[in-house]
Amino acid sequence: MKKTLLVVWLLLGAAAVVAAQSGTVLLNAAGATFPYPIYSKWFDVYHTAHPNIQINYQSIGSGGGIRQLQAGTVDFGASDGPMSDEQLAQSKFKILHFPTVLGADVPSYNIAGVSGELNFTQKALAGIFLGTITKWNDPELTKANPGVNLPSTDIVVVHRSDGSGTSYIWTDFLSKVSEEWKNKVGKGTSVNWPVGLGGKGNEGVSGLVKQTPNAIGYIELVYAAQNGIAFGKVQNAAGKFIKADLASVTAAAAGAAKNMPDDFRVSITNAPGATSYPIASFTWLLIPAHIEDAAKRDAIQGFLKWMLTEGQKYNEGLTYSQLPKGVVEKELKALSLIQ
Amino acid sequence: MSATATTVAHEVPPTGLRAFVRKLRTGDEIAHLITLVFAAGILLVTSLLVFELWRTSYLSRAKFGWMFFWTRTWDPIFDNFGAAPFIYGTLVTSAVALVIAVPLGLASAIFLSELAPRKVSDIISFLIDLLAAVPSVIYGLLGIFIVVPLMRTILGPAIKSVLGFTPLFSGPNYGVGFLTAGIVLAIMVVPFIISVSREVLLTVPREQREAALALGATRWESTWQVVVPWARTGIMGSIFLALARALGETMAVTMVIGNDPKITASLFAPGYTIASVIANEFTEATGDLYLSALIELGLVLFLMTFILNGLARILIVATERGGGRPA
Repeated sequence: MKKTLLVVWLLLGAAAVVAAQSGTVLLNAAGATFPYPIYSKWFDVYHTAHPNIQINYQSIGSGGGIRQLQAGTVDFGASDGPMSDEQLAQSKFKILHFPTVLGADVPSYNIAGVSGELNFTQKALAGIFLGTITKWNDPELTKANPGVNLPSTDIVVVHRSDGSGTSYIWTDFLSKVSEEWKNKVGKGTSVNWPVGLGGKGNEGVSGLVKQTPNAIGYIELVYAAQNGIAFGKVQNAAGKFIKADLASVTAAAAGAAKNMPDDFRVSITNAPGATSYPIASFTWLLIPAHIEDAAKRDAIQGFLKWMLTEGQKYNEGLTYSQLPKGVVEKELKALSLIQ
Repeated sequence: MSATATTVAHEVPPTGLRAFVRKLRTGDEIAHLITLVFAAGILLVTSLLVFELWRTSYLSRAKFGWMFFWTRTWDPIFDNFGAAPFIYGTLVTSAVALVIAVPLGLASAIFLSELAPRKVSDIISFLIDLLAAVPSVIYGLLGIFIVVPLMRTILGPAIKSVLGFTPLFSGPNYGVGFLTAGIVLAIMVVPFIISVSREVLLTVPREQREAALALGATRWESTWQVVVPWARTGIMGSIFLALARALGETMAVTMVIGNDPKITASLFAPGYTIASVIANEFTEATGDLYLSALIELGLVLFLMTFILNGLARILIVATERGGGRPA
């Protein structure tokens, strides 16, 4: 017992000494859960290359990330939705947004006797989730899927019950394509869903869809790809039906990047471009514009630079789409704003 | 305060510090002090909890007032929050759970304490205690993979064919909903009822049973009319322990209830409970009012538990008066 204690104390002491001597920079961060797999990969690889920089990331959710950053308990935050003007105004210090990776939502469904990929028009998705389209053989659906024998059964809608960036992207898309959705429901990590069952997490939604006959739900592309879940195509702004994959999501970002605002707070749902997948989004790191501690400032800038160049190579292994070139260049320039 | 303190004070005339130290040596004072501090600690934690909930829910209380209890909307985008569907869902699922779990638990406890051979009883109750220690997420998974499909394909249609004419069992059956959540909760709380009730029934003195049997009562009459009334307080206690667990259960319920904040008479309909919505939405709640409303929901749950426990006490006192166990 005493020996164990002694060892523990020695280890703690050694850790403290090492930390003090080599000028280790310890960065604390918190926020979004969706990019957590790629973030933890990045932080790990970066720490191996730069042993004196250690980044602790807590995936507590976007809301928590924003709040902790504003309270000053973390060095930087992460969020799936950009901070609102109101939130930025409330903040005591200036916060910069840096897009890191791209994510997308896909519609997954379970209809008896239908095995192929369905095409979903924008109107159809909005109608289904508003509860105005209630049958699978609604003209809006049959018209886009010639040759598919859609049954006359009731549609069971499934959405996320937990607050999530996935819901933010989905509702952002629906707000853009449907005036009624925008006025009645709006966009956010949690909304007042007009219809449907709530499942917790991607696994909850996909589980409910798989189990419930005639159900439709939305899940993250990463989750669908990793678990081999089939999903449908969605009509984009150019009127084409596009299947979500790494390329079509990057195309959406490239389409939107042409008029990227200087603060990077941009929504790329329903992006222009014939090959763009319409339900995609950036996810952001939230960095304070002014960092007092020079060591921390250098560490954060160094990491961001690496993440935008070297780090992007790790994306596709984890089925996250790479940032388009134009966005990377713009972000590299914006690094100098951190002072 | 305690009788011991007074007697000690009589033996030793109080002469400042030395007297105090001497008092400490007897041990009683120390024990008294330590237990007092610990007991006060519990009280302190509870009051801090309520105070913190009260303080941080200020925004929501100021904006919605009493309407918070009646409003049926929960809209984080347009900042309109009401607790009604969540209160309803919490009460309904807990009620369903108790309706199923109480007869089941009580019958099992009676069998284990009165009828089963002691050895069998001990083995089974050991297994039941193990059940009580299973994490709730396991029960949630059990719910998703077994109870939900069963409800959709067999149980639900069967209930519907018999009782479908009542509003309680009308409407579409998705497999998830109030009834499924209630069933999963019942499975979770039944071990508490069995375990505690059995212990209480075993403490009933042998003489009570023997007296009843001597008067010509059958085994069942002696059990139901003498043993169970004697143990009534303890059995009630086990039921309220089960209720407390059902009210506060989060993970298992959120996995099978459907998470739709609506008030529907049908038990097949999806619903929502207070604990579930807090667990679901707290992490991503960005607005101040939104967060405050979620915290006020926590306060409401605390209040509900408080009121139900109060009612339980009244019920116990009332039934005591009706006879049964002598004071």
